[in-house]
Amino acid sequence: MSIPVFAPWEDPSNTPLIRFVDVTKRFGNFTAINNLSLDIYEREFFALLGPSGCGKTTMMRMLAGFETPTEGHIMLGGEDIDAVPPNKRAVNMMFQSYALFPHLSIYDNIAFGLRRDRMPKDQMHARVAEMLKLTRLEKFAQRKPHQISGGQRQRVALARSLAKAPKLLLLDEPLGALDKKLREETQFELMDIQESTGTTFVIVTHDQEEAMTVASRVAVMDEGRLMQVATPDRIYEYPESVYVADFIGDVNIIEGTAAPLGQDRYSIKWADGQAPLTATSPRVFSQGQACHLAIRPEKVTISTEKPQDVDNLVQGQVLDIAYLGNLSTYHVRLPSGTVIKAQTANTRRISRRTITWEDTVWLSWTATGGVLLAD
Amino acid sequence: MRRFVLIAIPYVWLLALFLVPFLIVFKISLSDSAIARPPYVPVLDWAEGIWAFLSQLDFENYVWLTEDDLYWKAYLSSLRIAVVSTFITLLVGYPVAYAMSRAPEEWRATLMMLVILPFWTSFLIRVYAWMGILSQEGFLNQFLLWTGVISDPLTILNTNTAVYIGIVYTYLPFMILPIYSALDRLDGSLIEAAEDLGCSRLQAFWLVTFPLSRNGVIAGSFLVFIPAIGEFVIPSLLGGSGTLMIGKVLWEEFFSNRDWPVASAVAIVLLLILVIPIVLFQRNQQKQAEADT
Repeated sequence: MSIPVFAPWEDPSNTPLIRFVDVTKRFGNFTAINNLSLDIYEREFFALLGPSGCGKTTMMRMLAGFETPTEGHIMLGGEDIDAVPPNKRAVNMMFQSYALFPHLSIYDNIAFGLRRDRMPKDQMHARVAEMLKLTRLEKFAQRKPHQISGGQRQRVALARSLAKAPKLLLLDEPLGALDKKLREETQFELMDIQESTGTTFVIVTHDQEEAMTVASRVAVMDEGRLMQVATPDRIYEYPESVYVADFIGDVNIIEGTAAPLGQDRYSIKWADGQAPLTATSPRVFSQGQACHLAIRPEKVTISTEKPQDVDNLVQGQVLDIAYLGNLSTYHVRLPSGTVIKAQTANTRRISRRTITWEDTVWLSWTATGGVLLAD
Repeated sequence: MRRFVLIAIPYVWLLALFLVPFLIVFKISLSDSAIARPPYVPVLDWAEGIWAFLSQLDFENYVWLTEDDLYWKAYLSSLRIAVVSTFITLLVGYPVAYAMSRAPEEWRATLMMLVILPFWTSFLIRVYAWMGILSQEGFLNQFLLWTGVISDPLTILNTNTAVYIGIVYTYLPFMILPIYSALDRLDGSLIEAAEDLGCSRLQAFWLVTFPLSRNGVIAGSFLVFIPAIGEFVIPSLLGGSGTLMIGKVLWEEFFSNRDWPVASAVAIVLLLILVIPIVLFQRNQQKQAEADT
């Protein structure tokens, strides 16, 4: 039995829950969002990823209703919501600062939105109890926000924003204030909650690991534009631009000029005195076109003896070793001065490692290991 | 030892400048009025002994305060004037503080300055200025007559209205500043969260902004109420013969009537009345300090 793959964006007959249609947002002279279109589907866990100031928070605030687009429209469930104020939208937001009401108990914080809807008392009580159980906060219902820990506060904020069963939940850097260990645990908790409630989540984050872990699709943003929207694995393995390749994870970028060899294969002339590299690419490059070969460090094999029958082979000297425990990254300087990073899993104990500083090593990778990108 | 000295300084200060004068006033309040210098008996005479001195003290003056209705009417009237003017000050001060906290960052220092500015002039001069504004031929009447809103000048000076105006004007900064400081600390995302959860702007104000500025409101109200209840200068300069306030009664008892013992009794009772709001105020401040940590 196979579990059907969740990929509503692949099927053109699906209508998206949210549509950004040619949206531009300006603050005075500053363009925060530049003519951007984007579809987000129901039940998705969608991540907006980018450096600070890339416009991801503005996107979220427009969805919540705190900002209106200067140009273009935002549709929610087929309706234009530009003119709908935040309190009338079936959208709830979890704030980066959590924004818990300090004068209200945890119970009253979670019940806050339900009370505004004039929900009957017994129904409201049941709903709050359900939320407390979902976020494992039953014991803290009567405490005030300043009497609980940061991780618990984060869960209260989540429970409060989920209580009204919104069509869409916005999460603004939801885990930013937690320490690394707790953050990783909470990521899985978030995914479980998203799955069990079936709510569409849009998360804003600058942490690429977080985005890759939780999201069904990731949108990489820069300077108010979408650089690429795809599943985490496609973003990582098939970046469409040097920016995305560089932003997500670690990467070696080799500049050169392409020469077609036929059958999607290209020869890349890159440095004087070095043999040309070989790479495959579905993208078409013309003879002599400038290109960038992006190759992830873990796709580069490092060895002390010259390997046979490999597509690409270079020799260099170990400059630095970054030991991360489970992985080691070797920085290898080639005769041309270029530094290439190669990563290996430390399946052996460190004392038995064969490669050390100043060693002359061989680096090799396959023609399909890298991605060939235009300028 | 050094720590002991450090702690002792404020205590000695309090003892010498608060407790000792208080005990002197309390002793006078238990004495009898006399045509003498000082104008009361007994005075402590070591030759007669301390017991002879103490046996002459009694609570006659306090009994007198309950017998003449002038005093309790004055206390009640002071209380009423203080409560009403505190309320008006709150009504005027809250919107000002709110506007200040919402003003652009670069304006706030200037706005704060404008609120504090009146303190740079003598309080007495400012009250005299109000006499010039509120009198029959004053600026206010002249302005209203000129605009045609009224045809006969209003009588404001020497009425309770003038006293309210004077108190609200004088103590307004004491209301604005604590409320402003409470509103200034308010995290803007709380209001957004309230709106996000279904509040209108007005609901968000009543459910979030106002409760979170409550401590500022309480502090401001006490800072206005406590001095207003014993106010003497404003009712005596702006109020008329009909304005009954305990501060004025106290002054008349001391200087017109030269009945120091009764005046002291009036002062002691006023102090007892004020102890209640002062204790409540202290408790509010303490609670706020705890909530901040």
